[in-house]
Amino acid sequence: MADEQETGGVTRREFLKNSGLVVGGAVGGTVLGGVLGRELFPAPQQGASPEEDTSDSGNGGAETPDYTEARMFFKREEDFRVLSAAVERIFPEDDLGPGAIALGVPYYIDKQLAGGYGRNAREYMQGPFFEGAETQGYQSGLLRQEAFLQGVRKIQQESESRTDDAYFDAEEDTQDEILEAFEAGDIEMEGINATTFFGMLRQATLEGVYADPVYGGNRNMGGWRLKDYPGAQMAYIQMIEEDEFVEMDPISLHDHHT
Amino acid sequence: MATELPRKQAVVVGVGWAGGIIAAELTKAGIEVIGLERGQEKTVDDFKMQKDELRYALRYDLMQDLSKETITFRNDQDMRALPMRQLGSFLLGTDVGGAGIHWNGQCPRFLPYDFEIRSKTEERYGSDKIPADMTLQDWGISYDEIEPYFQKFDETIGTSGEDNDLTAPRSEPFPTPPMKETRALRKFKNAAEELGYHPYQVASANLSEVYENPDGQTIQACQYCSFCERFGCDYQAKSDPVITVIPTAKETGNFELRTHANVRRVSYDGEKTDGVYFIDTRTGEEFYQPADVVVLTTYVMNNTRLLLQSEIGRPYNPETNEGVIGKNYCYQVMASAQGFFEEERFNLYAGAGALGAALDDFNGDNFDHSDEDFIHGGIVQITQTGIRPINTNPVPSDVKSWGKEFKEASLHYFYRTLTVASQGASMPYRYNYLDLDPTYKDALGDPLLRMTYNFTEQDRKLAAHQTKRCAEVLEAMNPDKIEANEDIGDYDIVPYQTTHNTGGVIMGGDPETSAVNNYLQMWDCENLFVAGASAFAHNSGYNPTPTVGAIAYRAADGIKKYFENPGALA
Ligand SMILES: Cc1cc2nc3c(=O)[nH]c(=O)nc-3n(C[C@H](O)[C@H](O)[C@H](O)COP(=O)(O)OP(=O)(O)OC[C@H]3O[C@@H](n4cnc5c(N)ncnc54)[C@H](O)[C@@H]3O)c2cc1C
Ligand code: SF4
Repeated sequence: MADEQETGGVTRREFLKNSGLVVGGAVGGTVLGGVLGRELFPAPQQGASPEEDTSDSGNGGAETPDYTEARMFFKREEDFRVLSAAVERIFPEDDLGPGAIALGVPYYIDKQLAGGYGRNAREYMQGPFFEGAETQGYQSGLLRQEAFLQGVRKIQQESESRTDDAYFDAEEDTQDEILEAFEAGDIEMEGINATTFFGMLRQATLEGVYADPVYGGNRNMGGWRLKDYPGAQMAYIQMIEEDEFVEMDPISLHDHHT
Repeated sequence: MATELPRKQAVVVGVGWAGGIIAAELTKAGIEVIGLERGQEKTVDDFKMQKDELRYALRYDLMQDLSKETITFRNDQDMRALPMRQLGSFLLGTDVGGAGIHWNGQCPRFLPYDFEIRSKTEERYGSDKIPADMTLQDWGISYDEIEPYFQKFDETIGTSGEDNDLTAPRSEPFPTPPMKETRALRKFKNAAEELGYHPYQVASANLSEVYENPDGQTIQACQYCSFCERFGCDYQAKSDPVITVIPTAKETGNFELRTHANVRRVSYDGEKTDGVYFIDTRTGEEFYQPADVVVLTTYVMNNTRLLLQSEIGRPYNPETNEGVIGKNYCYQVMASAQGFFEEERFNLYAGAGALGAALDDFNGDNFDHSDEDFIHGGIVQITQTGIRPINTNPVPSDVKSWGKEFKEASLHYFYRTLTVASQGASMPYRYNYLDLDPTYKDALGDPLLRMTYNFTEQDRKLAAHQTKRCAEVLEAMNPDKIEANEDIGDYDIVPYQTTHNTGGVIMGGDPETSAVNNYLQMWDCENLFVAGASAFAHNSGYNPTPTVGAIAYRAADGIKKYFENPGALA
């Protein structure tokens, strides 16, 4: 019975017992709706890798394409390829597991730039603009959309002038040197300094690796698996006092979605 | 022209913890109150599906929208103040419930020393101990006088905790027992005991068991879900205004709550107020809400700004050290040490906002400062709030911050890093203050509040001392490597520190040096009460909210007295 199944975290029954919530008792609507009505168990993931997805996908075994993997913000193919190569250097594939590209980070960033984040929607963007002290934080009028476009093109330019190659075709060492030059602030940019841009790129990469898969990165929770992070679990009351490390299969917001 | 609304007995501006408490107490006493809140309505249904780090912890879904309003900041008067364009150092609340929705719930009381800090410091060390530019003041109230109000706050929220010799004395036991222990917390306590210190489980508003408060509101038991700090609680297990004081006020039938009401000005005829002006943010329409008593509970920033904008009280002038509005802005002086444990993996993904262990051996005046060139101190603690993967990537400082090496180290150390930290007290300083910005405006065209703030010599010495203490306890926990930085540098508005801003409308016993009396009644406007951490004359080495709660209950008592017998209460 599904109710008895181990989630690796807490079973639904245990959860209700521990939380002191009794069905039919004086329980607030949100608790009933939020806990009982919610699927605690991982559902098969769209686009899951074959060894992890043993379920029949229901359309004759053919893998369902991920229709969300298309560009919403970057128009030029080249820009997107530069972005992809750069984030892969920040979080590379290695023996430990997938890197930024395999985790969907470029799509994550593309989607973010197309929305409120890309337009700095909830930030104070009124002038006048002055260069401030570091302690005063971001002071540019440049939107993130503009900063990223300018940034990836500068990366490409830098690569072409150093090696004649596109950034995505350059040697890994060269790719790293170029990013280091941005990080050190050695590249001239307009309206933003290269160090700040690099910080944004690094931060966006980590977000794409580790944000809930609903945002298009952390594909199949692969970022979380790298860290043994259990994701959007309901509760840890059943193991909080444990001395030993407790591993659990991750679950995502999708698993809570009813 | 502002549309005039029907008169109310009291208008409460800003409905977070402070506003909610005052609204509940007044309406229970039969007083008709309208609450004006600039943000939206929030109910417990809004806090489902919140286990989303990006949305809440990084994109600040529950916090103030800075495109509408922010502050400006500079380290000192020689700098040009520039707007805080993105949230960082502190996370301002908005909407019904305010920052009380997404707080952690760590619930310490300030120490008896805090309320009479100037007198007690002079008494023990002589007046030379206090530097000339340190505008240190007593609060105009003693701990014994305020203790019953702390008790009220604890009973309202059901605080889970345990007694300790060095924390503030309590008249009654904690309403609920302490939270559970984890391996990391046990390690901290064992180490502290070995060193002869006095560790205890942090007092918490993430309740250890189901609790019904004296107003009949029920708070559930914490599930240690770890999406707590910066998130609303999925379970109604973290005490917040939306599940306690706001429903209590509503159930009386005397409370009207109006959202999307952004208050811009308080009326003032030089002696009294008659109401407030606000804009309905959905339509842009202006209203006037008349009331017999006006209560400002809009947090430190807007309590100060509304008074300056309304020209009530004397603005503080750092050159002459005269005036009061904007004076004694304080913050928190953070210190910490980080330990890397090669052989141990802690279950750090699990936790709760107020799950922690602490010691107060180096807080307040619990230790002798005769040979120290600073006063006060701070709580030293380890917390297990639940680490999340985007924001938590601890690596030793010699590791590059990206690339293969970073990936490896950040995966390796994710569960192998523990931090012992001190929330250090912040003493007031003549040139740390708040006023109106001459250049930048909010979305309605009103001037932004300008913050002039930097760490002082006192702060730097305190931080260095506390860093050593943190490292000492950590060392006894046997990590393979410790990193600690004693130098706190200049105050930087970018990295998150705490949302423990204080001062600007401080309380005290003397109208010359304080803005409100010990009932939080304005000296210069007897029917205007201003509550919140804005009233703190300095900030202690603890989280502020129980003290905010206590003075809010005190203010509510004062307002009730005022309705019975109008006039100055002190
Ligand atoms: C992430 C985080 C963690 C925290 N953790 C802790 C903790 O563990 N322990 C602790 O003690 N404290 C903690 N705090 C601090 C705590 O949240 C605050 O001390 C407390 O919530 C302040 O309550 P308040 O009512 O004074 O202000 P707020 O909660 O800020 O409420 C003010 C209200 O006024 C409204 N308002 C502002 N301006 C206007 C206007 N012009 N017109 C109308 N309405 C207006 C706002 O929208 C808001 O709803 C934390 C804060 C944050 C952000
Ligand atoms: S940790 Fe506890 S109090 Fe905090 S949000 Fe989760 S259940 Fe609520």
